[in-house]
Amino acid sequence: MSGPRRRDPDARRTSTERGILSDADWRQRRVRWAMRAVHGGTLLFLLVVGLGPILWMLKASVTPTLDTLRQPMALWPNGFDLTQFATAWDKVHIDRYLLNTVVIAVGSWIVQIGVATTAGYALSVLRPRFSGVLTGLVIATLFVPPIVLLVPLYLTVVNVPIVHWRMIDSFWAVWLPAGASALNIILIKRFFDNLPREIFEAARVDGAGPFRLFWSIVLPMSRPVVGVVSVFAVIATWKDYLWPLLVLRDPELQPLSVRLPILAPTTDLGVFIAALTISSLIPIAMFLVFQRLFLSGAGLSGAVKG
Amino acid sequence: MGSISDVAPAREMTVRPRLARFRITRDGLSTLVFLLPFLVIFGLFAWFPILRALVMSVQDTNLVSEPTFVGLENFQRVLADPLFGIAVRNTAWFAALALVFGFPVPIILAVIMSEVRRYRGVYSALAYLPVVVPPVVSVLLWRFFYAASPTGVFNTILGWFGVGPLPWLQSAATAMPSIVIEATWAAAGSTVIIYLAALVGVRPELYDAAEVDGASIWQKIRYITLPQIRNVLFVTLILQLIATSQLFTEPLLFTGGGPANSTMTVLLLIYKYAFQNSLGGDYGMAAALSLMLAAFLALFTAGYYWLTRRWSVDS
Repeated sequence: MSGPRRRDPDARRTSTERGILSDADWRQRRVRWAMRAVHGGTLLFLLVVGLGPILWMLKASVTPTLDTLRQPMALWPNGFDLTQFATAWDKVHIDRYLLNTVVIAVGSWIVQIGVATTAGYALSVLRPRFSGVLTGLVIATLFVPPIVLLVPLYLTVVNVPIVHWRMIDSFWAVWLPAGASALNIILIKRFFDNLPREIFEAARVDGAGPFRLFWSIVLPMSRPVVGVVSVFAVIATWKDYLWPLLVLRDPELQPLSVRLPILAPTTDLGVFIAALTISSLIPIAMFLVFQRLFLSGAGLSGAVKG
Repeated sequence: MGSISDVAPAREMTVRPRLARFRITRDGLSTLVFLLPFLVIFGLFAWFPILRALVMSVQDTNLVSEPTFVGLENFQRVLADPLFGIAVRNTAWFAALALVFGFPVPIILAVIMSEVRRYRGVYSALAYLPVVVPPVVSVLLWRFFYAASPTGVFNTILGWFGVGPLPWLQSAATAMPSIVIEATWAAAGSTVIIYLAALVGVRPELYDAAEVDGASIWQKIRYITLPQIRNVLFVTLILQLIATSQLFTEPLLFTGGGPANSTMTVLLLIYKYAFQNSLGGDYGMAAALSLMLAAFLALFTAGYYWLTRRWSVDS
């Protein structure tokens, strides 16, 4: 018990207590004021440039169209029009497209997590004789730019080989290809590789079969990595544009990302910006709630690709 | 205690063979059950399409008639297309601009943010926020910002400084830089976070040692921080290049490739060959062009890797 506690101060020291500037640097008044100015300036920059467009969108979504057109940068709107949200929701059928987006995201998430955890478990824990070859084949797909897949994948979805299933205009056309994510499998397999083997052996000796081992031991232990993969799966599907544009032709099935550009020319500007706001709310809310997961995941994906 | 440790190896010897036999009979089957979703999904939607791309590039395919073998004709037709040269030049121009805007800003931000002692989370959250806005939303929003009239959002801001309304997306000269600015806004946050993670990993002893040698703050950044995160910088540079070469959503929604093809990118051209062809999709040409792009990226990555390896050996 005393081991980790004793190591803790050192760990914190390496991560936050000292960076480029030393404590001696920080004690100099000139350095301290300069750093305050730099940090304040950076914060201002991030607020104006990073957050600014998003805040503008929020403001314009409750400002009457004419005001936005006449004085786009007015800090305080003359009028205040919440009905634009209602119009977008009911008349422009944003509710329908939002539902489609959610259904697509949830389905893709289930497929991605299902494929990645079972494959990671088989390749890392069960380890059949050819698992090395399979892992190599997964890593190989990581080196193929997605654009190479675009056209052949589309033709595959138009007519799935062997079963001759035309998946166009069905959510399966988005859900199933989402599962073929090499990054998911590598992240999860790497996590499983680091789980203590003794626990698996102990469970096996106690009579747990491979299914029991997967469901009751490996999955509960892998919550952190499943969390990271989940967040990225949902966000990636939410952002996706080109693929749903190709395979979902029926407007009744299209997600927001496909629908919004089509609606843009025929929709009142204020209502349209309200629709844009609705489309961004769920990803932004997810980010604010799972911030830590997002930021560690972003660092992680850099580390994996590196 | 002693008796247990004496017994344990013996017990293990009796258990092991039984486990091994168990594995061959039932575990083989259950392993297959666990591998099945992965094999089906990757087979159908990853491995098969990759092979198919290779085959299609030497075929004449239009989904209607049987595909016929045409050799390298698809590649020749792509190379002969006047749009091909334009698309390559535009994509290279975009990549260069994206590098100028998008490479130094995240480094500077990350170095400054790594020195923030309180509320660093607020900085990271603010920097990352644009990344979570769906790309279609930010493009449609920025398209409005770029309105060319004097009352457009950006032209109003420029007007405060007495600069003049710019045509932004309306002119062939400014359309691509406008797209790059939006793309940088949308992507820089994730790069910042990657750099930040790398900066935290720099060993503090190095800074201690540099201070003993009397290094100034600038010298510490120049001779310790940047060299220490060089590998991450290199990898993100490559990833950024790969990402910029596949630019699609932005030019399609901002300008549709115009004005005067000034924002026609390679990926937009592939899309045009396959899906915007009035004569039916020319899938062979699209496959040929995407393979050429992939080959170029692979060569570029390998060449760059080899060069930087040589530099690091020399220095």
